[in-house]
Amino acid sequence: MTRILIRHETILAILFVIALFLMAAQSDRFLTTANLLNQARLMTEVGLIAIPMTFVIVTGGIDLSVGSIMGLCAILVGVFWQNAGLPLPAAVGLSLVAGTAAGLANGIIITRFRVPPLIATLATLALYRGLAEGISQARSVRGYPEWFAQLGQGQILGIPTQLWLFALVAIAGIFILRFTTFGRTTYAIGNNEAAAEFSGLPVERTKLLIYTASGFISALAAIVFVSRVSTTRSDMGNGIELEVITAVVLGGTSIFGGRGMVIGTLIGLCLMQILQNGLSLAGVRGDGTTVVIGAILIVAVLISNILGRFSND
Amino acid sequence: MKARSFHGVSSIGQEILLVVVILALFAVVGWINPRFVSENNLTSIFVGNAYIAVAAIGMSLVIISGNIDVSIGALIGVLAVISGLLVTNGYPVWFAWLAPLLIGAAINTLVGCLIAYARVPSIIATLAMLSILSGGLITFTGGQWISGLPGAYQLAQFRLLGVPSPIWFMVGMTIIAALLMRYTAFGRSVYAVGSNPEAARASGIGHASTVVKVFAIHGAIAGVAAVLFATQLQVIQSTTPVGLELVIITASVVGGVSILGGVGTVVGSTLAAILFAAIGSSLIFLNVSAYWLRAVQGVLILATVLADMARRRRTG
Repeated sequence: MTRILIRHETILAILFVIALFLMAAQSDRFLTTANLLNQARLMTEVGLIAIPMTFVIVTGGIDLSVGSIMGLCAILVGVFWQNAGLPLPAAVGLSLVAGTAAGLANGIIITRFRVPPLIATLATLALYRGLAEGISQARSVRGYPEWFAQLGQGQILGIPTQLWLFALVAIAGIFILRFTTFGRTTYAIGNNEAAAEFSGLPVERTKLLIYTASGFISALAAIVFVSRVSTTRSDMGNGIELEVITAVVLGGTSIFGGRGMVIGTLIGLCLMQILQNGLSLAGVRGDGTTVVIGAILIVAVLISNILGRFSND
Repeated sequence: MKARSFHGVSSIGQEILLVVVILALFAVVGWINPRFVSENNLTSIFVGNAYIAVAAIGMSLVIISGNIDVSIGALIGVLAVISGLLVTNGYPVWFAWLAPLLIGAAINTLVGCLIAYARVPSIIATLAMLSILSGGLITFTGGQWISGLPGAYQLAQFRLLGVPSPIWFMVGMTIIAALLMRYTAFGRSVYAVGSNPEAARASGIGHASTVVKVFAIHGAIAGVAAVLFATQLQVIQSTTPVGLELVIITASVVGGVSILGGVGTVVGSTLAAILFAAIGSSLIFLNVSAYWLRAVQGVLILATVLADMARRRRTG
């Protein structure tokens, strides 16, 4: 089993290097520190959410509501700060609390009421986006202070600020999934939930925590996003779930659960980002790249299915 | 109880409930603002949303078979644009009406094969299709709207016996689909595949071929919905209607189609589509901002799903 994992990630890493070379040969603007750092900055929001999403998919679940939580939390920052007149740090804090609560609600619906994650988060996708639209009434909030932009536009030691945050979350994710009981419980749930339950593992609590973390990190991604573009709109994060899920599945996590690693997700993420960047440098417009992402997602699942079938034989 | 719900009879309760809620909504909102129940507004509610009810029929089949399709909104957008481009480029009107059905069926047959034979989960396959179709549509049209549609093309604006054609389509297709699901071997195999795929396979019902057929029919129905959508106004917008897939899924689920597959009827989904259209319209007449519509939709789907889970647990 680990051999298959290593193989998938090795293939991915080789693909990544090939893509790097191809892109570098195509455009001399590609392989520059400025461009690479900027690309890393652009992928932070998707990357942040992809870490807890890896946990979610390893348990055999899915969270489609992450983009809507992002939109809702972005709107709440603006509302708390501008309409309610709270200081900005308090507004950010409350928005993080709201995102965590939204994730917790997902978790409760899924664990307590036993609603399949797909349907539960499809419903809350509509609900949270609806709340964002209703609360904002399609008004955007601008005029954030200079210091707030530091998170999304500034840098520390020459590296974009949000990348430090992303690195922290990613390392935490790697550590928890790989080296803790919690991580092993996550795999156990994905492999056989009933068996995990009968072995006395805290299945409900683990899933509840994972969906809550997904909500919290989505809110964090919203803060980074707002800081990066210095504005809030209710359609923020629309469709981001697709990019996140593609990165995770491309990274070798089985959509049926039980298999996957955070490292794989990170490589999948980088591969997707340089592909998008390369395409746009080659003159393909933004909407054209979503076609490519969709195609990659199908191919990734097909390949992982075929690999899976071979490993069963 | 189990055997009855297998044929979808137990959801008649849901259908009666929906009729009562729809009538109550009309009565209450009409009492507050009489213009809500004017003939004009009632017609516009039904005509403007018939394509959603039509598409929800196919979606119900998909969900009953234990799958889901989140690309339906993008598919309708693409098929509507294809239809409009055909007629404005001089193809005969009947061809512009027929082509979306065939292309829709072809695209979704492919999706069905991915799901049934290549074992790609339906959520992944259709999520990918959503981005391929909507991204492709905007790239292809550049966001340009299609105008200059000939009058003979405007199918949705025709009337038969004084009743607008979309209502005929909605009612007619609901009845046909309901009979198909109730009285044919195919209908029963859809329920069987959705409620217990293993048992269905053991009793010789082709799981894969049933799923492919369901998706093909769903694609053809999406073609009808696309034509109704394309011909209701003088222009066709060339972007995917935002959130349309959620409205259609909501209609199916609220109409009594269980999200776990195997249970539900198409009559309920049509009633739910009407209810949802009426709620959207009543928000306007009650002076509530339309921006709350999606939140209402979310609450509705969540409440229905929770009720469904509670009911399942009670009946064991």
